[in-house]
Amino acid sequence: MIRLKVNGVERSFDGDADMPLLWYLRDVLGLTGTKFGCGMSLCGACTVHRNGEAIRSCVTRLRAVQGAEIVTIEGLAGKGGLHPVQKAWVQTNVPQCGYCQAGQIMQAVALLKTKKKPTDQDIDEAMSGNICRCGTYQRIREAIKAAAEGRV
Amino acid sequence: MNTFENVSRRGFLKGVVSGGAFVLGVHFLPKAVWAQSAAAGTSAAEQAAFSPNLFVGIQPDGTVHIITHRSEMGTGIRTTLPLVLADELDADWKRVKIEQAVGDARYGSQNTDGSQSIREFFDVMRRAGATARTMLIQAASEKWGVPASECEADLHTVLHRASGRRLGYGELAPAAAKLPVPKKEDLQFKPKSAWRYIGKDAPSLDLTNMCTGKAVFGFDASMEGMVYASIEHPPVLGGKVKSVDDRESLKVSGVRQTVPLDPFKPPHLFQPLGGIAVIADHTWAAFQGRDKLKVEWEDGPNAAYNSDQYKKQLQETARKPGKPARNVGDVDAEFAKGGKIVEADYYVPHLAHASMEPPAAVAEFRDGRVTAWACTQNPQAVQAAVSQALGIPKENVTCHVTLLGGGFGRKSKPDYVVEAAVLSKKVGKPVKVVWRREDDIRFDYYHAVAAMYMKAALDQSGRPTAWLQRSVFPPIGSTFAPNQTYGSGGELGMGWTDVPFDIANLRVENGSATAHVRIGWLRAVANIYHAFAVQSFVDELAHASGRDPVEYQLELIGKPRTLDLKEIRYPNYGGSAESYPVDLGRLRRVTEMAAEKAGWGKRKPGKGWGMGIAAHRSFLTYVATVVEVEVTPKGEVRIPRVETVADAGLVVNPDVVRAQFEGAAVFGTSIARTGEITATNGQVDQSNFYDYPVARMKEAPYKTNVHLVESAAPPGGVGEPGVPPFVPALCNAIYAATGKRVRELPLSRTKLV
Repeated sequence: MIRLKVNGVERSFDGDADMPLLWYLRDVLGLTGTKFGCGMSLCGACTVHRNGEAIRSCVTRLRAVQGAEIVTIEGLAGKGGLHPVQKAWVQTNVPQCGYCQAGQIMQAVALLKTKKKPTDQDIDEAMSGNICRCGTYQRIREAIKAAAEGRV
Repeated sequence: MNTFENVSRRGFLKGVVSGGAFVLGVHFLPKAVWAQSAAAGTSAAEQAAFSPNLFVGIQPDGTVHIITHRSEMGTGIRTTLPLVLADELDADWKRVKIEQAVGDARYGSQNTDGSQSIREFFDVMRRAGATARTMLIQAASEKWGVPASECEADLHTVLHRASGRRLGYGELAPAAAKLPVPKKEDLQFKPKSAWRYIGKDAPSLDLTNMCTGKAVFGFDASMEGMVYASIEHPPVLGGKVKSVDDRESLKVSGVRQTVPLDPFKPPHLFQPLGGIAVIADHTWAAFQGRDKLKVEWEDGPNAAYNSDQYKKQLQETARKPGKPARNVGDVDAEFAKGGKIVEADYYVPHLAHASMEPPAAVAEFRDGRVTAWACTQNPQAVQAAVSQALGIPKENVTCHVTLLGGGFGRKSKPDYVVEAAVLSKKVGKPVKVVWRREDDIRFDYYHAVAAMYMKAALDQSGRPTAWLQRSVFPPIGSTFAPNQTYGSGGELGMGWTDVPFDIANLRVENGSATAHVRIGWLRAVANIYHAFAVQSFVDELAHASGRDPVEYQLELIGKPRTLDLKEIRYPNYGGSAESYPVDLGRLRRVTEMAAEKAGWGKRKPGKGWGMGIAAHRSFLTYVATVVEVEVTPKGEVRIPRVETVADAGLVVNPDVVRAQFEGAAVFGTSIARTGEITATNGQVDQSNFYDYPVARMKEAPYKTNVHLVESAAPPGGVGEPGVPPFVPALCNAIYAATGKRVRELPLSRTKLV
């Protein structure tokens, strides 16, 4: 039996403990905000937080999140409304198709937890695992800086 | 071309608006689109019929419903087209609700490709808005017993200025619903100065949902009681299953059954590829079950396809006389005179679309009808292809359109939706088909591989006196008819027959090539390889003549004038020659502006730093791009800055347009750096982002500045035109920085240091 917390809700699952977290979130819990992009931890579309740290849910098996606290894009906004990073994304008009943006936002939130004022190089390093095929990178960078500088 | 109809009592928008609502139907005759020559198998017949298009409905509570019939894949079109209607209606945008249309030929073309949504539907939206506004004013004037000429629309109300009386659109809706529709000739349009929304930035209506995980894409769609399918396709196009051992698959917990799918009958069109589907309770089980399938294939003749060998064939063909597509003067006579001759061969491999969301669809077959939810650029093609596959009338296929996680042309082809419908019929439940990244890369409708040969004779000043260009590529037409080996007028009209230079002797040719994989259109299509060859060659000639590339480019374009292409029946992306002439003055202007914005010529290139320029007209929009590069001592290419100037005519939503050009620079970076699909024994070699890499943040241009030219011209396309000039501008910059000429993509094939 796998027990974990997803967006603050206690969950248990007695199915295949080798199932990647991504498919548990999407197909079992119906939390489809976390996306499938590659299945090999190459594109970052499936990024969620495990105990506050960004992980790729497409290659993270359920047995590896036993007892963990998982936050997905659906759980990011608090009672006070959107998370500052989400606000920065909205005001910068970052998304085009929008498909990769949940992963981008989760990655950016994790970055800003460890680097309050990231440099361009910090941003490159943290974000280059997340592919955006529409090419919104320059707005992502802008939005991260806006969030870091409290311009939201 | 448009007629309008008051359809308030005919059940349109049923389920969207309530009783008493005012609903206006728009009928129009759609213009032929660029794809007419390429897409022989699609809807030419449908396009010739009068058919109702978009609808606007107004509820008694004042809510305005606008149906948006084009697919949203990142261009903002789901928001931008309704903005045009709302502006002309003088509606309050906050009280507008957008409904996504299902596939229905009565809307006119819904095939969201060819960068044509705004240019094809701007006028339609305006007329629809103006018609509804006129009727609301009429309703108010009758209520008040005053002439309509004394009444005016004023943000969701009608105002009688003389008396100060005012009625809301909702209050007027029931009366307007009973009125006859005014004639088109009687409509008055807002002057530009009164536009509320057109020309101003408006965020996508889906913006917040996209940032909170609430936006629903094809991969997210679900139906009650659905099962999941993952399909093992024949690895070679046209291959068949010889034998299957599914015993291990069926042991996987959650796998229900395997289902064979028939191979297609040529031509492949939009038909599924066939293979074996694994049906399961969830995606993970379906994937595992697939991995445990043991399939033997019968490959068929396309197993002889090997990219190395094919490349040589294309290049040899490009060096032999081809089929003339445009001829000016006498190139051969001029070449025979001798003088300075420059020749170059260029090569662009197959490319895959690799949208972040792989193809996905859910469909249910029940009682002879199909209901589907899909990330499709073309829901009417879904109707046609599903109807064909299942032998049911098109009207019995309902295709709901979700958001698309990127499309780039791939999702105009509905093969994956047909798979879901066919499987649903076979298993008796709704079926969700999900493609893996490997399926997406290995079973795409690929961008054509292309070889180009260029030859010019130069006079003493370096000016070409003769110019020959020849391209060879497996055409998109091969998807619709197996024996097509020459490019269509549409493909050749993309940066090839419309080569914009003022040269006395000029010949454009095309050679024959047989396709061995599915060929389709990818963002900017044939413009990608044609612009790469033409704009690289211009740079080569400039350097060969010791001239400045910008000055040289402008000299080749010549005086501001209209390029006369009547003789070759230039398709012009479906635009009329009157509204959309090939205006070389506009091409000159974007070139000059791009050079100016970039500070061209202010810093001496070399030692790993340089700038390159390219200018190109496509989809009726003029774009010039300057790329600045740094090439490190290790040969790594960095792009600190891009300056792009676009003259796209009238722009409805500027920030969204700028985003399209920012994105095009990144898309172009992927093409240039790493885009390469190859085949060995008919099987595609690449499968995921490790062997088909696309640009990541650290590789993408650091800053792309987009400058939109103020223009009185009608709207051009914006989704695609940014891509073609980017790639040659980058390669020209690399030459300036390193002295290394890139004639073959991706540029990893050229040793830069």
